[in-house]
Amino acid sequence: MPAFTVKDFWRRYRRNKGAVVGLVVLLLVMLMAATAPWLFPGSPWDMASAPFLPPGEMGMLLGTDSLGRDVAAGIAHGARISLLVGAVSTAAALLVGVTLGAIAGYLGGFADDAIMRFTEFFQTIPSFVLAILLVAIFTPSIGSVVFAIAVVSWPPVARVVRAEFLSLRGREFVQAAEVLGKSRVSIVLTDILPNALSPIVVLSSLMVATAILLESALSFLGLGDPNLMTWGFLIGSGRSVIRLAWWMSVFPGIAIFLTVLALNLVGEGLSDALNPRLARQRGGAA
Amino acid sequence: MEVSKLLGFLLRRGVKAAVVVLAIVVCNFLLVHAAPGDPASVIAGQSGAADAVFLEQLRRQFGLDQPLHVQLWIYVKSVLSLDLGFSHRQQQAVSLLVLERLPATLLLTGAAFVFAVTLGVTLGALAAQRVGKWADSLITVVALTFYATPLFWVGLMLVLVFSVWLEWLPSFGMSSVGADLHGLAVVWDVAQHLLLPALTLGLFYLAVYARLTRATMLEVADQDFVKTARAKGVPEGRILRSHILRNALLPVITFAGIQAGQLLGGSILVETVFAWPGIGRLAFEALLARDYPVLLGVFFCTSVMVVLFNLVTDLLYAIIDPRVEVAG
Repeated sequence: MPAFTVKDFWRRYRRNKGAVVGLVVLLLVMLMAATAPWLFPGSPWDMASAPFLPPGEMGMLLGTDSLGRDVAAGIAHGARISLLVGAVSTAAALLVGVTLGAIAGYLGGFADDAIMRFTEFFQTIPSFVLAILLVAIFTPSIGSVVFAIAVVSWPPVARVVRAEFLSLRGREFVQAAEVLGKSRVSIVLTDILPNALSPIVVLSSLMVATAILLESALSFLGLGDPNLMTWGFLIGSGRSVIRLAWWMSVFPGIAIFLTVLALNLVGEGLSDALNPRLARQRGGAA
Repeated sequence: MEVSKLLGFLLRRGVKAAVVVLAIVVCNFLLVHAAPGDPASVIAGQSGAADAVFLEQLRRQFGLDQPLHVQLWIYVKSVLSLDLGFSHRQQQAVSLLVLERLPATLLLTGAAFVFAVTLGVTLGALAAQRVGKWADSLITVVALTFYATPLFWVGLMLVLVFSVWLEWLPSFGMSSVGADLHGLAVVWDVAQHLLLPALTLGLFYLAVYARLTRATMLEVADQDFVKTARAKGVPEGRILRSHILRNALLPVITFAGIQAGQLLGGSILVETVFAWPGIGRLAFEALLARDYPVLLGVFFCTSVMVVLFNLVTDLLYAIIDPRVEVAG
């Protein structure tokens, strides 16, 4: 790991104003998720008031849906699922991607060829269609949603990690470790991986954002866990009554937008803070 | 470029594409067998509509009592002869269902693609020219905004504004129901229906292409051949057009190939929102009915389309960029 202190890191991160705003928004969303059971006690599926109440009426801040459920409660409880699915599926995708990328980059040769073909295949097939198919076939549940998102999100990680490992494995400190007779596994885990962490960290914040978008799209199509309130489900159920109740689909969408935007901004801030040399030329795609 | 070299290149890429298609078929097969429950009921569609006689017939047809590799062989053979199975729900062959819906999806994704590329490249080029000025910041912010917005929600908001509140545009379908139109009036009618869905699908990719073009243009503008051109006294406008933009377009083409799959995936959401009668809508209907053969068929068909599209972009790239080693 480059000789960073937390203070250094924060000083560089803070320079990116957007990233600071993103971090604040993200913390607020996390706070909302954490306090949802106290802010809105009881199940978000329960009837709270009369159906189709516009925002602000009868104490319903963001209105009610077609069954009189509180939209605000749905959003607060939905935040828990979005963040959870985003984090867990990203962790799973990182595990697969880092493992495959490390093997490909460190071993090279046949293993590299085989793994990269496999990765290319997953990048070629339409990932969203595959995710739909996976959730549908393994029946919608939070487990199958996380599984499907992880299956379609690991390829970029594998590519990035492979490229890092390729460039790092020839460096002197790795050669030194090899000469000292360290085992391959230990070299990969204690010498190379820590030095490849920065791009992985930046990538993972963007992956959480993409995972949240994917989860919302799946539950919008009715593929969410039937027992859990999600933002995508809220929008999906508001779709058919959009002429009557715009608030049902508008507010959950804003919640998704703010969370995903915040994660993207945090990703840019992390990138600035971890790669100070690249900070000036940033602006690449995705 | 020599014709024989180009043919060799095409052949190699063609073989690669064929391998990918075969892998997709195997992937479908594995999915059917990984699904909980009896593969026959998956093939029939777990709609409860399939009767015992039909299931028995399927078991025989797919050789479900035989070893796995024999089953795989039977499955691969049938898919490669374009038999994608039978939808018990719709009482029709899946390949027919998909083919019937394909033109609508191609129209939608094609329109969205053209919109996204032309406007995205233009905006990206503008932003790169005015680095650091307010127009650049604005374009970057707009790009970031659409990047963070769920596609289906953008569609719903457009419906809300342009169909519900302003009543300017139709909110669903591909043509007016019951209208007896002819000639140009039909084209105008479809165009009106197409506008919102194509915009929805295109806005996300517009953001992607704008950011990509901006980044690569800034990168290219820093290179020696641009400095040389400037030193020779080539006018700025020409440097921009024939030196920078032309080279910055190459990654855009590569990216278009990568994005093809996402565009088709996104069309499932957009077609669901706007009831656009394409394969995305077909997939959504199949999803509601748990009609797995149709879902598998849609997956196969979209994958094949992506593979074909990638073949075209590879070829385009090789023709445009003389540096690309065709032999490689």
